[in-house]
Amino acid sequence: MSKLVEARFNRRQTLQTMSLGLIAGLPLFAAGSRAHAESPISFDELYGKVSVLGLEFSEKVKQLQGKEIAMRGFMAPPLKAEAQFFVLTEIPMSICPFCSTDSDWPDNIVVVYLGEKQTFTQPSQTIEVRGKLEMGSWTDPETGFVSLLRIRQAEYATV
Amino acid sequence: MRKILAALVATTVLAGAAQAAEVFPLDRATILSGSPFDFKVEFDAVVKPEDVKITVNGQDYKAALGKEVEFVAEEKNKDKVLGSAVILRDITIANAGDYKVEVSAGSETKSVTWNVYGTPSQAKAKNVIFLIADGLSVAHRTAARIMSKGMTEGKANGRLNMDDVPPVAFIGTSATDAVATDSANTMSAYMTGHKTAVNAIGVYADRTPSSTDDPKVENIAEALRRQTKKSIGIVSTAELQDATPAAVVAHTRKRGDKAEINGMLFDVKPEVVLGGGSAYFLPQATAGSKRKDDKDYISLFKEAGYKLATSKSELATVAGANDGKVLGLFHTGNLDTTLDREFLKKGTVGKFPEQPGLVEMTKVAIDTLSKNPEGFFLMVEAANVDKMSHPLDWDRAVVDTIEFDKAIGVAREFAAKNPDTLIVVTGDHTHGVSIIGTVDDEKPGTEMREKVGTYAEAGFPNYEDKDGDGYPDKVDVSRRLFLNANNGPDHYETFRPKLDGPFAPSIQNEKKEYIANEQYKDVPGAVFVQGIIPKSADSGVHAVDDIVLQAEGPGADGFRGYMEQSDVYKGLAEAFALGAKQTN
Repeated sequence: MSKLVEARFNRRQTLQTMSLGLIAGLPLFAAGSRAHAESPISFDELYGKVSVLGLEFSEKVKQLQGKEIAMRGFMAPPLKAEAQFFVLTEIPMSICPFCSTDSDWPDNIVVVYLGEKQTFTQPSQTIEVRGKLEMGSWTDPETGFVSLLRIRQAEYATV
Repeated sequence: MRKILAALVATTVLAGAAQAAEVFPLDRATILSGSPFDFKVEFDAVVKPEDVKITVNGQDYKAALGKEVEFVAEEKNKDKVLGSAVILRDITIANAGDYKVEVSAGSETKSVTWNVYGTPSQAKAKNVIFLIADGLSVAHRTAARIMSKGMTEGKANGRLNMDDVPPVAFIGTSATDAVATDSANTMSAYMTGHKTAVNAIGVYADRTPSSTDDPKVENIAEALRRQTKKSIGIVSTAELQDATPAAVVAHTRKRGDKAEINGMLFDVKPEVVLGGGSAYFLPQATAGSKRKDDKDYISLFKEAGYKLATSKSELATVAGANDGKVLGLFHTGNLDTTLDREFLKKGTVGKFPEQPGLVEMTKVAIDTLSKNPEGFFLMVEAANVDKMSHPLDWDRAVVDTIEFDKAIGVAREFAAKNPDTLIVVTGDHTHGVSIIGTVDDEKPGTEMREKVGTYAEAGFPNYEDKDGDGYPDKVDVSRRLFLNANNGPDHYETFRPKLDGPFAPSIQNEKKEYIANEQYKDVPGAVFVQGIIPKSADSGVHAVDDIVLQAEGPGADGFRGYMEQSDVYKGLAEAFALGAKQTN
């Protein structure tokens, strides 16, 4: 929880330096776009059960489905330049010699569909994504990328 | 003007003549007699079927190859016409000898010669255990010996199991399309007797974009099913769909076709299948699945009579089962390294705490397979030697080499009691890694670079194995081996074991370039190491150096001197007499 407080603090700072940020092309949350507080959720909280025979989403994920959430992680470099989404990972994407397909991605990823276009961040930069949590298998029509968890109408900021 | 046109025509004709058709299998292919393979000719131009002439040893091909070819007027890559082709699937050549295949159509000609080899009718070995550490380089062996056994006054204080398996051959690992290589084409060469292109398994790489239409060659599992009643086992610490285990059973141009490879694994149904990669067994609706269909291979294997184990304890339970079919899946992805699994509890051990190691898996595999009176073929892969050499995590790679050595010990123990067993120990390719000395924390100063001991200053490392388990009690001793790669991406050298989890030397930026992972920047004494390979490379790469192959037992004489990787299959085929139907 303390981490989230810190994030809010940083957000305030970001907002204060907004004009500078825009010039530098830093990604920012659109000011005042969220009326309600988002529920924080972390990568550790995604699955209630992890087993060889499948993972089970946690009660928290099930409860937050369709609700506004805030989640921290790292932005994996875009799969394709034209992709409408990016992949949020727990740690920066590193070794993935044959990551030509989604099959080689780690299983604890969240796909982020942005509400509005934002510039990309450096991969070592922690970001916080806010948006509506969506659960269930979904195949991106443009790329064929299959995801189980998504954040829709999302926006993000560096923290 | 007319002259210029004439000149242009002449040039075009010459260029056309210089373009030759491509024939699969390639020139100098070696083919096990009676083994099914696909024949394909790719013409650069669009040709007429009546212009295509194919002869085998001077005679029309139909007599030698038994069937008429299928003619493809235009092969395409999207809208681009690639030329005409002829294909003949599943042909066999029964008699050993050289076969000169001459092909022509219009101005294109090509001539290739295949060597078809038979085997003695009598098998030399009842069982073959093929132990492979992915990426096993000489440095891994040396480091494993020193870490595990220690060294005094320049002499090793003990011997690894692999130290007593005679080295018999140097293996050339290059691919058909490059001097460099990967685990798909290398293991495919071992398991089919045909070299192929990087990323390809059990096929020659043709020009069409599809990864499933390439000309196939028979793999060892299919040959064993065709000619023998032996059991087949696959054991790996990687995903079972990963290139090395896949090459025992699969056919695809793209090693990344893991969902399809899992289907091919099911088609062959090796009696013992132990490893990771359960994600490809689960239907897409199950969280953790990496399939894009609803196939449930857990159920399919169970229905086919397999006992399922998903943990170390379940593996021990099914080991006692007498019906001979075991599917062991211990991770959705790759199993963790020995260092993480048994000692540090890092990596994904928190999520999958019940993973067995290579030694337990090898034991269960041999126990189960050896119940077949007809004998067995077992492939054992220590995958993490490679998977940890890529990110330059030498401690993890070496500790997994020690585990690999223990699995060799299990195999040798079986062979001692069952002398009709051939044991082969090798890697599939090498890494650019060497040991250059030690890192000694006791040396003065704070700069880690100054603590690297070379020549006489290296002294000897001070690993200990007080509990006698063959593994060093800890890897972060004060004077440790210093291994180094001759290539890599930008990264920070920390001169220390990575105790918090596997090393991630570089991370990808938005331009898809790999940059040094700043996580290690502030480790005391860390130095920036500039990469020397393209920035698109995420990790250290495979080396082109020869691989050492060791063998003992009946049939070991089939491996000698310098061999192409594809020739190793001939040694295996001879040991099992795969050129002849085994009726007993």
